[in-house]
Amino acid sequence: MTADPRAADGRTVVPLDPSLAPPGTRGFRDAGGIPADRWHADQNGETLVPTHCCFCGVQCGMYLRVDHGGKVFGVEPRNHDINRMRLCPKGINAYQQVNHPDRLTAPLMRRSRDEELREVSWDEALDFTVSEIERIQQAHGRDAFGVLGGASLFSEKTYLVGKFARVALKTRHVDYNGRLCMVSAAGANKLAFNIDRAGNPFSDILLTDCLLLAGANVGECFPVLTQYVWGARDRGATLIVIDPRETAVARTADIHVALKSGTDSAFFNSVLNVVVEEGLTDEAYLAAHATGWEEVKANVAQYPPSRAAGICGVPAEQIVQVARAFARAPKAMAFHARGIEHHTQGVENCLSVINLCTATGHIGKPGAGYGTLTGQGNGQGGREHGQKADLLPGGRSILNEEHRRQICEVWGIEESELPAAGTSMMEMVWQMQRREIRGLIGICNNPFVSLPNYAVVKEGYDTTEFHAQFDFFLSETAANAHVVFPVTIWAEDEGVMANAEARVVKHNKAQEPPAGVRTDTWVMCEIARRLGAGDKFAFGGSRDVFDELRRASAGTVIDYSGITYERLEETGGISWPCPSTDHPGTPRLFEDGTTYHADGRIHMQVVEWHPPADPYDDEHPMTLTTGRTVAHFLSGNQTRRLGALVEQTPRPWAEVHPSHGFRNGEPVRVVTRRGSEVFPALVTEAIRPDTVFIPYHWPVPTAANALTIDALDPRSKIPEYKVCACRIEHAAAIDEVPAPPVAPGHVAYPETQVSRTDPLPPTAPQGRGTSERS
Amino acid sequence: MMGRTIFIDPGRCIGCQACVSACRECDSHRGKSMIHLDYTDEGSSVASLPTVCMHCEDPVAPCAEVCPADAILVTADGVVQQADTTRCIGCANCVNACPFGVPKIDLQAKLQMKCNLCYDRTAYGLAPMCATVCPTGALYYGTLEELQAERPGVQVADTFVFGESEVRTGVAMVVPAERVQWPVPGGLPVVEINGKDVRR
Repeated sequence: MTADPRAADGRTVVPLDPSLAPPGTRGFRDAGGIPADRWHADQNGETLVPTHCCFCGVQCGMYLRVDHGGKVFGVEPRNHDINRMRLCPKGINAYQQVNHPDRLTAPLMRRSRDEELREVSWDEALDFTVSEIERIQQAHGRDAFGVLGGASLFSEKTYLVGKFARVALKTRHVDYNGRLCMVSAAGANKLAFNIDRAGNPFSDILLTDCLLLAGANVGECFPVLTQYVWGARDRGATLIVIDPRETAVARTADIHVALKSGTDSAFFNSVLNVVVEEGLTDEAYLAAHATGWEEVKANVAQYPPSRAAGICGVPAEQIVQVARAFARAPKAMAFHARGIEHHTQGVENCLSVINLCTATGHIGKPGAGYGTLTGQGNGQGGREHGQKADLLPGGRSILNEEHRRQICEVWGIEESELPAAGTSMMEMVWQMQRREIRGLIGICNNPFVSLPNYAVVKEGYDTTEFHAQFDFFLSETAANAHVVFPVTIWAEDEGVMANAEARVVKHNKAQEPPAGVRTDTWVMCEIARRLGAGDKFAFGGSRDVFDELRRASAGTVIDYSGITYERLEETGGISWPCPSTDHPGTPRLFEDGTTYHADGRIHMQVVEWHPPADPYDDEHPMTLTTGRTVAHFLSGNQTRRLGALVEQTPRPWAEVHPSHGFRNGEPVRVVTRRGSEVFPALVTEAIRPDTVFIPYHWPVPTAANALTIDALDPRSKIPEYKVCACRIEHAAAIDEVPAPPVAPGHVAYPETQVSRTDPLPPTAPQGRGTSERS
Repeated sequence: MMGRTIFIDPGRCIGCQACVSACRECDSHRGKSMIHLDYTDEGSSVASLPTVCMHCEDPVAPCAEVCPADAILVTADGVVQQADTTRCIGCANCVNACPFGVPKIDLQAKLQMKCNLCYDRTAYGLAPMCATVCPTGALYYGTLEELQAERPGVQVADTFVFGESEVRTGVAMVVPAERVQWPVPGGLPVVEINGKDVRR
């Protein structure tokens, strides 16, 4: 690397090749090269299968330990350059899902919701599903049947979800749960850069002088990224955290801006206002690489810190402080996550961050740039290849004639056969309520926990005439379905995922699936075959699908054509675009200042702040915000079944400031216009007094999403999870956490559920301390 | 402190409990974690503190000194081993003697459980599980020189004072560089023993 400018002021400079090694565990080896019987107390003839974690968008490398009988029974840290052997508690416990007693091993079926689900043969479940698809589509049209995919699927399967909907079902209605995740960032990236991915690799964090994290609880949602944060700080970087709660990374940050939820764009406009006022903009960069700057500059003039301080509920001086720290830093980076994306102006919030990075010239350089931290393992890859309502493989638009023609050629169909754009996930639920969509196949999602305003979601699903769900555990949503197909878990199939850096990584198969379990790929292909589209779905497995995906993405921005399984295994991951098999991939974008717009410029967009959708009044004066806790993942269908994680965090809580007079553990009723629920209070000064926080991983009657509002961003259609109006009241008793659903005749693995009925909140948002456990 | 040891930096700890989960994965005590993870500032902040065995060097291993069965052995590299299961009588003398509150008794097995710095891993050049997985480096395994190379200006302490007793340990703590106190106060002074006020 080039000499560090800080060296002049006498501070120690840490020599480092950041493209390779975050600090910490250098000098150790991982266990990959050592025969296991050399060092394991358990001498079992085991093998280590290199793969990645199934959970978040960091995609840490790990080994799965496989015993002599071919079963996964443990995990071993892996020295992959994303995570350098580090793992979070979810990753360490992930393997316990694989041979979990709650696994579904036979299709479940019922003809009406009055009946109980019962185990049936694959033929019976498939026959019923196909006859219901045909009945509904013949009576009500092709578009009366919908498909909802998921972003925890391998990219091959996400590709197949889109193709399955459009070619086998010939319906326009396909979308996925990434719609609840980072679509606001996707929308902003497309508008500003015309490419939908983070601009810099994680290792650039180590080179930055100022790191700004907006609405990203890195310590809990992306714990392993924290090593990069500290790596940067050890080299003198300033850390700025924007979050209404004092999270684990905010606690030690140089500047923690505890703004009011739903005011992000006012804050970032104001920061840019200060940058302009103090002459800290990079005019040369703006002149060479941006459009729309004059309009943006005129607009941010209306957001002086004195005004924004009132909107955001933070001191005006803090806005000035952030502006100076970010703009004066030789290299600065901004990352954001759901905290600013889950809003009715989610796209605009992201754009206001992009405006700040662009105006200060912090784009496309080592240690300077911008990105979103995707929440789901394949949050990036899941949105690339056509399971999104308006997109076709390779990020192509379904509205673009040329793009439609190219994909029809790959798929071997007539352009007239390719449906038009569909609607977003929440809108599809509203259409289910209105009986516009009468049948649904859900693959890899759990909307009963993850969608907002549960009452509406339940009614929508209950109104459908036929609902099938693919899953490996019986989720709350699957338990409400007519047919449940038991499918493989990540360790039982191979495939690729793209992490938050847009680095494509390879997951390997570690064990054979249990008898009775099929891959999602097989089930989709089999239904397609029975619907008469078998010739378009002649895939033996992930590898065949990946080959077609590579062809389908060739020549697009999201070019996978140079990525092969073999190359991924050799390199540990390749960032797209990768147009040929000798191309090294593209870890960092915009290095020459050129974007993917036709004019090559960053299109800056004017952002006006507006209040959240749910108005405050005397009845609902406070803000309810939701989020994650470190021991659980998304809808909890996986993590609520793993003993260690249940023990760490058995139940949700309502986090409130001491000024409201609650004692810790006291029942607190949280009331919104959608409903009310009672949680134990976790009383802490680490939250704004006007804000209540509830983690969302649990189902009703302890579901944060029974309280949240189903208001959508008009562009990205992301729901406003992060802010709605509420009040809190004293209550008599807390609502109990239900056991996770299981197949008929089973009980949820009792040993994992011991702590679930603990009536107390955890000691801290990260869980119960080891001394607080029995 | 030992040459290659664990350094605990509570300032970096994010309280995620990866160490607790990782400790459970060890083959010699699967399903049981030896790590203590406390949220030390409950109600005020999310601060947290992981505790592993400090491997006391001087006086050497108070837990071993009080063991009536001579079950707790100290290896030449300074690692205080878990009580030998063939000798341990589960009397919990070690639990009471430890100034840091580290050993636990497995009530079902009637045996002591304690961190042995992952001897099965370190003996083969692997790092202990907790320090291997720790996402922040709050648990760091290496030599002081390696730590200092990666974290400029880092200050560590390996001597703790409990009332009038000082304990020097094999595992070290990172302490705030700007206000180093030496030795580090290890706990509250002893006030009462067997109902008798021992304050002076």
